Amino acid sequence: MKNTKWLLLMAMTLVLSIFLAACGGSDDKKEDTTKEDGKDGNATETPKKEDGEPDAEQILNLAESAAIPSVDSAIVEDAVGFNVLNNVNEGLYRLDEENAAIPAMASEEATESDDGLTYTFKLRDAKWSDGSPVTAEDFVFAWQRAIDPATGSPYGPFMMSGTVKNATAISEGKMDKKELGIVAKDEKTLEVTLERPVPYFLSLMSFGTFYPQKEAFVTEKGDAYATNSDSLLYNGPFTLTDWDGTGGSWVYKKNDEYWDAENVKLTQINVNVVQDSATAVKLYKDGKLDRAGVSGDLAMQYSTDEEAVLQPETSVFYFKFNQEKGGKETPLANENIRKAIAKSFQKEDLADVVLANGSLPANFLVPKDFAYDEDGKDFRDISGDHLEYDAEEAKDLWATGLKELGVDSLELEILGGDTDLSKKMDEYFQSQLETNLEGLTIKLKEVPFAVRLELDGNQDYDIQVSGWGPDFQDPISFLDLFVTDGTNNLMSYSNKEYDQLIADSKGDLALKPAERYEAFAKAEKILLDEDAAIAPIYQRGLIFLEKPYFKGLVSHPFGADYSFKWAYISGKE
Amino acid sequence: MVKYVGKRIIYMFITMFLIATATFFLMQTLPGSPISSYNKLNDNQKAIVEKKYGIDKPKPVQYAIYMKNLAKGDLGTSFAFKGKSVNDLLASRIKPSFILGAQAMVFGTIIGILLGMIAALKQNTFWDYGSTFFAILGISIPSFVFATLLQYFVASQWHLLPVGLWNDGWKSSILPSIALAMGPLALSARFIRTEMIEVMGSDYITLAKAKGANGFEIAFKHAFRNALIPLITVLGPVAAGLVTGSLVVEQIFAIPGIGEQFVSSIMVNDFATIMGTTLFFSAFLIVVIFIVDILYGVIDPRIRLSGGKA
Repeated sequence: MKNTKWLLLMAMTLVLSIFLAACGGSDDKKEDTTKEDGKDGNATETPKKEDGEPDAEQILNLAESAAIPSVDSAIVEDAVGFNVLNNVNEGLYRLDEENAAIPAMASEEATESDDGLTYTFKLRDAKWSDGSPVTAEDFVFAWQRAIDPATGSPYGPFMMSGTVKNATAISEGKMDKKELGIVAKDEKTLEVTLERPVPYFLSLMSFGTFYPQKEAFVTEKGDAYATNSDSLLYNGPFTLTDWDGTGGSWVYKKNDEYWDAENVKLTQINVNVVQDSATAVKLYKDGKLDRAGVSGDLAMQYSTDEEAVLQPETSVFYFKFNQEKGGKETPLANENIRKAIAKSFQKEDLADVVLANGSLPANFLVPKDFAYDEDGKDFRDISGDHLEYDAEEAKDLWATGLKELGVDSLELEILGGDTDLSKKMDEYFQSQLETNLEGLTIKLKEVPFAVRLELDGNQDYDIQVSGWGPDFQDPISFLDLFVTDGTNNLMSYSNKEYDQLIADSKGDLALKPAERYEAFAKAEKILLDEDAAIAPIYQRGLIFLEKPYFKGLVSHPFGADYSFKWAYISGKE
Repeated sequence: MVKYVGKRIIYMFITMFLIATATFFLMQTLPGSPISSYNKLNDNQKAIVEKKYGIDKPKPVQYAIYMKNLAKGDLGTSFAFKGKSVNDLLASRIKPSFILGAQAMVFGTIIGILLGMIAALKQNTFWDYGSTFFAILGISIPSFVFATLLQYFVASQWHLLPVGLWNDGWKSSILPSIALAMGPLALSARFIRTEMIEVMGSDYITLAKAKGANGFEIAFKHAFRNALIPLITVLGPVAAGLVTGSLVVEQIFAIPGIGEQFVSSIMVNDFATIMGTTLFFSAFLIVVIFIVDILYGVIDPRIRLSGGKA
């Protein structure tokens, strides 16, 4: 009798623990493929909501997926940091609600010289949060500081080299920082000289690295500058408070000194770091958050929620085909093999069923809703589709390729991320490729992000699932990746015609927008249709849960993720 | 006794030194760079940033510099949190972790001891089976599952306590503490039960009974103290379990503690913070084990040390 009781108890325990273990979905990690571009949540548009009268109380509660590493505009290199900067500080330009760069600290549109090399900015009468005026000198100081090798800024050299005059030489320590192509003509006039004409230069002015810093304040604070919310000055729509430099929470308060303060409706935004997406969703459902990102497996579950908002991003993911490994040519050096693989998997199913997070199938490298020509036409409508799924053609190409290599079977490795979603995606590729391409065996290698970067750096892989998010609004942000010996090529791809087109876009064509875009379209066609150097997979989307009373949030396709400047609460109570 | 303690303290420093050395060199094998925008920079730009962080120097030199600073109590500057010292970083995050750990430990062991005693005194009754069942659950189910369940039912469904975050004072700490306490609770319940049953069968208890001492007096005055010794021995490992448990539990409840910091520092190769948190956890455990060893003597005079006869 006693024995049966015990058995029953044990069995119950076992059943219960299996059931409990199955519920333990809380270790959902955030999709980490985003870290590659240092951005998380670059988006192009949020669905329009009807306007309503703002409520009396304008306090918002939000979550960030990571703590703030830095708010020093010369040092910031991550998504959260740029996002904070964009809301508490302001550059010469700012991205508006339509994501066009409009004058911000600049009082009017800059004047550009005929050769496209000199820009003159007039500054408006704006104030820092301590009441002192924002001057042209503040920009000169900040830019010089960002390029000075002693500062050790990652983004300073990255954004300025080859763009702002003398930036490269200064960052290499060969020239004094005073020689940088930025001069304060008077207190309110700024003159910037470039190395070459840069058609997207004004949109760069909205980027955090180009924000002003007040020299007297920075020098006074010394090493303590920007290490907490009291050791910073603000000239943006909000100020930062209650940030101790390392903590998991901070608060934005409306900046009354801001020049456009009358158009800022939110009085306070409380932000907490919530790394786990499942926790963020629970907090949202409990009313503690007004917006929460839904990532990984949760996305599918919440995609039909009535408060779900789809937000397409500008990060594009693709296969990189490594043509040379350990000094030897790989089978992927064969063009037909690459084309066959690129055309052998169904992208719609991948985006809709496997990812199910608002991602779009991609037959392109430069994303949709990102770059526009002078008439506002999307670059995607100019360049068209490339490397679409075609199983029959893929089979023929594959057979030809194998014949050229003189083999009848191949074993290749796909290198991918180690999150649940990445693994699911890799398995999908494996089944599609092996089904459509006879004699192909795919091995999967799923590693953490840092490991993948290292293998990428050593060019130690066959096929890699890789991605890129842009830092400025121009197709070159993507197309520059694959020039011969480009720092991110790392797959031994080289095409002289492609290199020439990219070089032309920075040289002869820099001041001819229409021809420049044609050159980009041609380059993309060579890269994809002709060479199949990479195989586009999808353009990422995100799903958010957002309270219906939260209105006017603007999300950006590059640089910072969001602007709260125009956001407000309407109809909460 | 003094000599014994002195010797132990010297050993503790040697252990810390070995841990610091091992962690330092193991960490160097982590793939990737601590510079998050690494793949955007060209070689020259990388060199500038590496120089700034001091990771351009040969490894032995980096090690020597680190150990020198460590000797002064300086854990270095975080790579991820620009310009912030790891000491400050730990200081700002230690409070939530400490509160959770201490509450879990105290709550877990006290309830565990009570359950264990009930089980032992009411051996083979409903009470015994019930507490055993509870203990098996606690041992076999990891704390993050309890955390998720508590969060789902108590917070999300019944709205009794906060779902997460550290904004509601003590109330924020209740659910994560309970989730963490399940391990210590289960372990101490099992230990106390076994020991109590054994002690209750020993001769001196029979003698006490024969002398007419009442049940309550026997259980608490005579049996309990002896049953406690083996429990103390496992408190060290239990503390270690709390630390590992807190890594996940803090994340589930979005609590800005050290565990959460430790996990994210590894993800971004923040060398200085990885070192700092590892050393902090190690120091914590070494001290706990030391205290446990001293406690033996307090609880059981037979183990008490004197004159250096360790």
